[in-house]
Amino acid sequence: MSADTVSVTGWGRTAPTAARLVRPRTYEEAAAAVRACGARGGIPRGLGRAYGDAAQNAGGAVLDMTGLDRVHAVDAAGGTVLCDAGVSLHRLMEVLLPLGWFVPVTPGTRYVTVGGAIGADIHGKNHHVSGSFARHVLALELLTADGEVRTVLPGTPLFDATAGGMGLTGVILTATVRLQPVETSLMSVDTERARDLDDLLARLTAGDHRHRYSVAWIDLLARGAATGRAVLTRGDHAPLDALPARRRTRPLEFRTARLPAAPARFPEGLLTRTTVGLFNTVWYHKAPRAETGRLRPIPAFFHPLDGVPDWNRVYGRGGFVQYQFVVGHGREEALRRIVRRIAEHRCPSFLAVLKRFGEGDAGWLSFPVPGWTLALDIPANLPGLGPLLDGLDEEVAEAGGRVYLAKDSRLRPELLAAMYPRLDEFRALRAELDPRGVFVSDLSRRLAL
Amino acid sequence: MKDAFGLPQSLLVLGGTSEIALATARRLIARRTRVVWLAGRPSPALEAAAADLRALGAEVRTVAFDALDPASHEAALGKVFAEGDIDLVLLAFGILGDQAHDEREPLNAVRVAQTNYTGAVSSGLVAARALQDQGHGSLVVLSSVAGERARRANFIYGSSKAGLDAFAQGLGDALLGTGVHVMVVRPGFVRSRMTAGREEAPLATTPGAVAAAIELGLRRRSETVWVPGTLRVVMSAVRHLPRAVFRRLPM
Repeated sequence: MSADTVSVTGWGRTAPTAARLVRPRTYEEAAAAVRACGARGGIPRGLGRAYGDAAQNAGGAVLDMTGLDRVHAVDAAGGTVLCDAGVSLHRLMEVLLPLGWFVPVTPGTRYVTVGGAIGADIHGKNHHVSGSFARHVLALELLTADGEVRTVLPGTPLFDATAGGMGLTGVILTATVRLQPVETSLMSVDTERARDLDDLLARLTAGDHRHRYSVAWIDLLARGAATGRAVLTRGDHAPLDALPARRRTRPLEFRTARLPAAPARFPEGLLTRTTVGLFNTVWYHKAPRAETGRLRPIPAFFHPLDGVPDWNRVYGRGGFVQYQFVVGHGREEALRRIVRRIAEHRCPSFLAVLKRFGEGDAGWLSFPVPGWTLALDIPANLPGLGPLLDGLDEEVAEAGGRVYLAKDSRLRPELLAAMYPRLDEFRALRAELDPRGVFVSDLSRRLAL
Repeated sequence: MKDAFGLPQSLLVLGGTSEIALATARRLIARRTRVVWLAGRPSPALEAAAADLRALGAEVRTVAFDALDPASHEAALGKVFAEGDIDLVLLAFGILGDQAHDEREPLNAVRVAQTNYTGAVSSGLVAARALQDQGHGSLVVLSSVAGERARRANFIYGSSKAGLDAFAQGLGDALLGTGVHVMVVRPGFVRSRMTAGREEAPLATTPGAVAAAIELGLRRRSETVWVPGTLRVVMSAVRHLPRAVFRRLPM
């Protein structure tokens, strides 16, 4: 088991801190690493796609779980998989798609681990149908602060604290996950444009139930009458008979192509209001006004950014901030105000997406609640960004909404309890399960989780 | 912990009555800072400064600290770090001295050097070790443009700041990769108590402007900050002037 002191950041590349990076390759090594954590504790880390400081632990240990990456068993008839927490969704797709199964939930990248997917209780474009990831977890094995391994089942307090618990209840070692059957590895995609935010909300409300997957890319630089103009993309797994004859011979083929990685020292300041504004305008107008049934491969539909390794470098040395919040149905006025404020501040965001969430899940710190969620990326060095986001937090909290901890890197801690009403239960369970505070992260220190 | 914009939640000021430090503290309290330690020689001024910051909503404590007593630094700072992580240490103490007078009173000149330089070497190393142990944090060192090139008019102060500046740069390099960020701040002439009654130099600035530059530097994780920023260009020219020319400059 190797251990080096390294500088660690999240995907947003802000706020680096130093930690001892430990790479366990067996469960025993993981248990030994937890027992040996020391005064500043430890935190599990997967592929480092959380944008903020969730998988950092200044002065302590960070357990890189990607060395535990075995797929143990696939029940190809029943549709479940038992795998290590360090297995990526990319790997699962490689293994499962040829067997006619797909992961139950995928975020905008395949390069997250199963452990991270549970720890952040991730959601995808199918949230309105399928809920978040932990809903599909049938069991997991959790290495707790005492160095013991517990089997944790849904419906128990420990499960609900762990789903969305940001790795703070323990180290997930394995998980059994229920899968989604598919006939093909292609998506049948409908695209339409919405001319403004109201149009967008109306279209999402009216049409979401007809599709398993739905999301809207939104142009947050458009102002005036075009504020909130968007491109809706909705899709379903294509049935076999939708495929052209030549593709029907290999319906479950899964191929991914990756461009060369973004250079390590990307020039600073390319993403300005002008360049991003131009990109957004072109992106909006090049989208078809209305198109149905276009066949797209899974990577192109779900994970376009995975085609460029290390795309986060395009923000330069200063890094970027992801801001994602949700406000409930009936709170559209708050959403409109927030979108207007972002547009007026001219945030150069080219990755903004709006989605309609379905029912929430049981995780105490799980993010999704029924309503509207908006996610956007902003260069961290944009002047006035801190105060702008603080203002948006107030709007979100006032509307009974919340921000997503897997993306957070800057929330004012005082607002957390209002956003996550079950925070006290989470803290109490942690105090009992982990009295010495073995599991700790920069996120948990910053927000006193 | 610092957030994505480098804003600290906890702050330790060495030289707790420094106007620049207090302007910085006020600015940071308005953003994220909740815990402030003011380290300095016990005095009514130190307590008054603490009370001012408390009124802004921060939890403020004072701790006895004397730059001229390096042997006490380990204990004084150790007490602070034992209470919890410190996200930002602002090394702000320093005295200007009285050049004309000090040239005739070498012990006074030594006092300037010991406060500004050796006091900072000792407390800077103690703070750096503590920050390194916690794996994160910024050490912001108030240097001065006067240290960039010593002038006839204040070379005692200037040389002490030159030593401090070189020390802080080296420390920053030594701490690369440890999670600790060292930022050297070089203000020009700052209108404050320390400079009251002196003739203003060109490009004079204020404690508030230095505080703003520090906040920006934290966000950018800068290694060197000039206040005002134009001094970077001006001083890079001044640095290369021949001695004979430099000597004659009216500054």
